[in-house]
Amino acid sequence: MHTATTHAQAHGHGHEHAHEHHEPGFWAKYIFSTDHKMIGIQYGITSLAFLFFGFLLMLAMRQQLANPGQPVPFVGKLLEKTLGADAASGGVMQGDLYNAFGAMHGTIMVFLAIVPLAFGAFGNYVTPLQIGAPDMAFPRLNMASYHLYFWGGVVMLVSFFIPGGAAKSGWTSYSPLATLADMDRAINGQTMWLIGMVLLITSSLLGAVNFIATIIQLRAKGMTWMRLPFFVWAQFVTAFLLLLAFPPLEAAGLMQLADNVLKTSFFLPTGLVTSGGPVPVSGGGSPLLWQHLFWFLAHPEVYVLILPAMGIVSEVIANNTRKPLWGYKSMVYAALGIGFLAFIVWAHHMYLTGMGTKISTFFQTTTMMISIPSVIILTALFISLWGGSIRFNTPMLFALAFLPMFGIGGLTGLPLGFNASDIYLHDSYYVIGHFHYVVAPGTIFGLFAGVYFWYPKATGRFMSEFWGKVHFFGSLVCMNLIFAPMFVQGLRGMSRRMYDGGATYFGNGVDPGVLWLNKFITHAALGLLIFQLPFIWNFFSSLFVGKKVESDNPWQATTLDWQTPTPPPHGNFATEPVVYRGPYEYSVPGAAKDFIPQGQKS
Amino acid sequence: MEIPYTVKPRPDTGLYNAKVGIWLFLASEVMLFGAFFSSYILLRVGAPDGFWPDVATAWPHGLLNIPIGTFNTAVLIISSVTVLLAWASLKEGNLPKFKKFMAATILCALGFLAIKSYEYNEKFTHYVIRLKDGTAVTGHLDIDGKSPRFWSLATVEAKKLESIKVHVDVPNQFRYPVGFKHETHEEAEAKTGGHGGGHGEREIKTADIALLQAFIPKTGTFFAIYFTMTFLHGLHVLGGAIVMAYIAFVGDGMWKTDPERYTNRIEVAGLFWHFVDLVWIFLFPVVYLL
Repeated sequence: MHTATTHAQAHGHGHEHAHEHHEPGFWAKYIFSTDHKMIGIQYGITSLAFLFFGFLLMLAMRQQLANPGQPVPFVGKLLEKTLGADAASGGVMQGDLYNAFGAMHGTIMVFLAIVPLAFGAFGNYVTPLQIGAPDMAFPRLNMASYHLYFWGGVVMLVSFFIPGGAAKSGWTSYSPLATLADMDRAINGQTMWLIGMVLLITSSLLGAVNFIATIIQLRAKGMTWMRLPFFVWAQFVTAFLLLLAFPPLEAAGLMQLADNVLKTSFFLPTGLVTSGGPVPVSGGGSPLLWQHLFWFLAHPEVYVLILPAMGIVSEVIANNTRKPLWGYKSMVYAALGIGFLAFIVWAHHMYLTGMGTKISTFFQTTTMMISIPSVIILTALFISLWGGSIRFNTPMLFALAFLPMFGIGGLTGLPLGFNASDIYLHDSYYVIGHFHYVVAPGTIFGLFAGVYFWYPKATGRFMSEFWGKVHFFGSLVCMNLIFAPMFVQGLRGMSRRMYDGGATYFGNGVDPGVLWLNKFITHAALGLLIFQLPFIWNFFSSLFVGKKVESDNPWQATTLDWQTPTPPPHGNFATEPVVYRGPYEYSVPGAAKDFIPQGQKS
Repeated sequence: MEIPYTVKPRPDTGLYNAKVGIWLFLASEVMLFGAFFSSYILLRVGAPDGFWPDVATAWPHGLLNIPIGTFNTAVLIISSVTVLLAWASLKEGNLPKFKKFMAATILCALGFLAIKSYEYNEKFTHYVIRLKDGTAVTGHLDIDGKSPRFWSLATVEAKKLESIKVHVDVPNQFRYPVGFKHETHEEAEAKTGGHGGGHGEREIKTADIALLQAFIPKTGTFFAIYFTMTFLHGLHVLGGAIVMAYIAFVGDGMWKTDPERYTNRIEVAGLFWHFVDLVWIFLFPVVYLL
């Protein structure tokens, strides 16, 4: 807390700061840091760990789908020991555990892994650097934001070990299922989930306020809005989505918490009966209300997942094609358009709830409209490649793969946006294939590109190109082998909810001929695990053995983040940066070099 | 490099950082309370109006004390004025006057919370009792002259009470039949022993009771959303009062070292306070009057 105090004083009387400056201790430097770069790294490490953990949950589920009723290899005994015989008797994953892992896989991947990595880590580390700011506008708020996120994650992890296990009603936590599961336990997994979510929501709320205030207030001299790198625009729109879409889920979460703990009936309808008889609640609530409030967040959340990745990919592509982004302004307006439309498409997740054809038609129309700005950004990035002398380094490979992968994810979403075709495809493996194409080889590839791209700035060393390429090609192949077959399974009518992979349901000669793909996908997922090992090794070993950077601007980039010392010190810039030009002045005819940094006068 | 515009406004936006921050925070608060108000609307349009079959499932009217609610509204509006005057006093450079107005603001906040607690207590001692014959009454229990809180049928049975005495609410307003067995006004009066609308006393046998519940969140969706929204609003009042008390009476050393920043703090806290007031301005008519 010592830095925080000196910092607070420094606001009041800056002249005293210089001679009071001393090296902070371990706790102040690494744990209670108010420096946006350290907080970015904290976010990065924590969220990458959660990303891997969420992936392992999915692997355990995949093995159950491929070999229903077989013990989970390697960890089966451990699961039985730690989670109880009810959950994994004899190391075999039981239905409840499958549901819990499924719910927590989704929750962890979305709220604890990808958003914190895309927004918390990259946003924190890079945004102030790119706008020429010394830090975020509210450094202590920034610290609080990380700590809330961390404890939210701890609550989620602890919930695996409480009696009854973690939340098991899907990451969407639909009521009344979410309230009725484990209703007899005072503190159950769902209650822990809600407490964790309230912490996470508060965290991203503080983060969003901080990001927007920083981008509005702390832009360097000359950094006009249309000179902002696209990455900053993407983070700006993302922050607005988080700021305005999360509070309704917080409200919904508080109401579901009341349903669980105080036994209210916000989301429980009148006349609710389970196998145990009538549910002893007053009733009168609305399950649809939960879905509306949930998806009011959760659809904008999709754009929270994708926009920062688009921002990273744009930076990497402009840098490695040595060309300005094609249609920078239209990309900015498209991002703003996405930001606006994201708020009025949520009920396309609810076509099957019977909310009425007129409402469905409205949301179908807006859903088709929002594909336009997404396509504008993707098209602009594709055209940016045209005629460039492309450097195929690891960040660029990931950025290039992002384009078609996100394209597949986006295009396969259209049949889900039309309510006629959605009625057939809803809740099938097709849906899983669709959104994983957007998020896994889409967003996560964008994030990997960012890790490889900014690693030299944060550490002063490159990550290994060789292991990076092994990581890239292996992941690209495996991702497609995992998710493409899911489209086939879904089109043949396989539901996403069957914990034995459909073995029971599809027995007796109605096998749609796609069950063998379960094993296939599981093998591909194992392959994906193997190809992440080079990344983990590369990430840590490069700290010590990676090739050292020879300058502060190893990629010959134009944006301000590369004009700082490496790694950037507290306060970031040696001298106050002034911006004279747009963000992507690559290959300017007649210029001495093929790039002109934003801070270079002429 | 130091973080710029922590005190002085940035020329092109005309705002200092904290002011941008609080406005953004308030935007998210609008969405938070907006979600609650939307939920209120959706739950209400889905509920049977009035008192049929009883307050537990219908959307009751007239159970909240409107005069007290009106008084509380006035208290909160006055506090919004005093916090503004406090800020204006600082702009004049008058610290003692500022402290007086801040003290008035915090007193108003505490007064609001005290009145709200009284109202909550009133609800916790108020009961809906549904009998096995299908009728229902609302009223206060009278157990040896005391009016207990949070009882349920289980409490009555655990205490092995053969019957309980109930001060039944005004018959016309609060008595209503369950199901289709309508009672006439006279029958109702006869049953409660009422004298033209006063509080009647009635002895109810425990064996006749199907449901006995205080007005707590789980009693019905109206109570659920009433308590949730007013409690959340109350937390905002409490939080605002604590922060303002801290700034005004503990952290006032900053007035000497950095008066402009100190004034900004009050402005930001005041913006939040006006918002809390504004939420109540919507909350009051929605839950008390409509």
